Amino acid sequence: MTTSVLPVPSFDDVEQEGRKLVIICSKGSLDMAYPGLVLANAALGEGIETHLFFTFWGFDMINNKTMGHLAFNPVGNPATHMPTAIMGLPGMQAFATHMMKKQIEGLDLPTVPEFMELITDAGGHLWACRMSADMMHLTEDDLYDRVEGIISASDFMEISEGAQTLFI
Amino acid sequence: MSTATIVGREIHVNDEGFMTDHTEWTEDVARALAANIGIELTDAHWEVLRFVRQDYDAQGESPTLRRVANVGGVPTKQLFTLFPKKPAKKMSYIAGVPKPVGCV
Repeated sequence: MTTSVLPVPSFDDVEQEGRKLVIICSKGSLDMAYPGLVLANAALGEGIETHLFFTFWGFDMINNKTMGHLAFNPVGNPATHMPTAIMGLPGMQAFATHMMKKQIEGLDLPTVPEFMELITDAGGHLWACRMSADMMHLTEDDLYDRVEGIISASDFMEISEGAQTLFI
Repeated sequence: MSTATIVGREIHVNDEGFMTDHTEWTEDVARALAANIGIELTDAHWEVLRFVRQDYDAQGESPTLRRVANVGGVPTKQLFTLFPKKPAKKMSYIAGVPKPVGCV
């Protein structure tokens, strides 16, 4: 044990200045929604500028009709450690989803809509993909109201300039 | 772990500067720690710090940002205003408790 000058944590590290994270959310299942949301929330808590870009099946995460009801499909997922033949039986998706939601709740994790609120309150940005919106015949009215806009692939290039990018 | 002197008190800190014994904390220590990272404490800050310390005492671990918002009742946006950029770490640092370990 030594007595020394009090160290001060480097909270506002110059190296961290301007760090930016872009997460592309392309999946609409419950198990694939969480990684992006957890990481985005953590990044914001570290003062990192964070953007989430929702594309294709990821639209289910920001579609008002579906965002609160994402499901987990266990078919063909070896990590369930159950025979595929059983996982494909009627009612299994509902059962597996129910189990996963219970686990999420048990860990006191936010639901998808609550996570979106948390992320945007923390200064995170939500963007929707133009092509996916057109394919699915969705407009801004169908999407979560904190989505900042439906943007094109080239708009995305501008937003993601200089960012670390994750594709989920 | 080492000890350091702040506002005339000897406190135990880790390599980063976080206090390792929260019982050594006083309000004067908090003011000095806050000043170290460029924060001047207002009533709104104190409300958060009191919750963080209370919750640490009750739960045995530092609250995450979401817990301070949901249980402590201080909106997320306000936490980012009071403790800019890295609110969870900054409030723990000033409150004399470890960094939160929870992911969310």
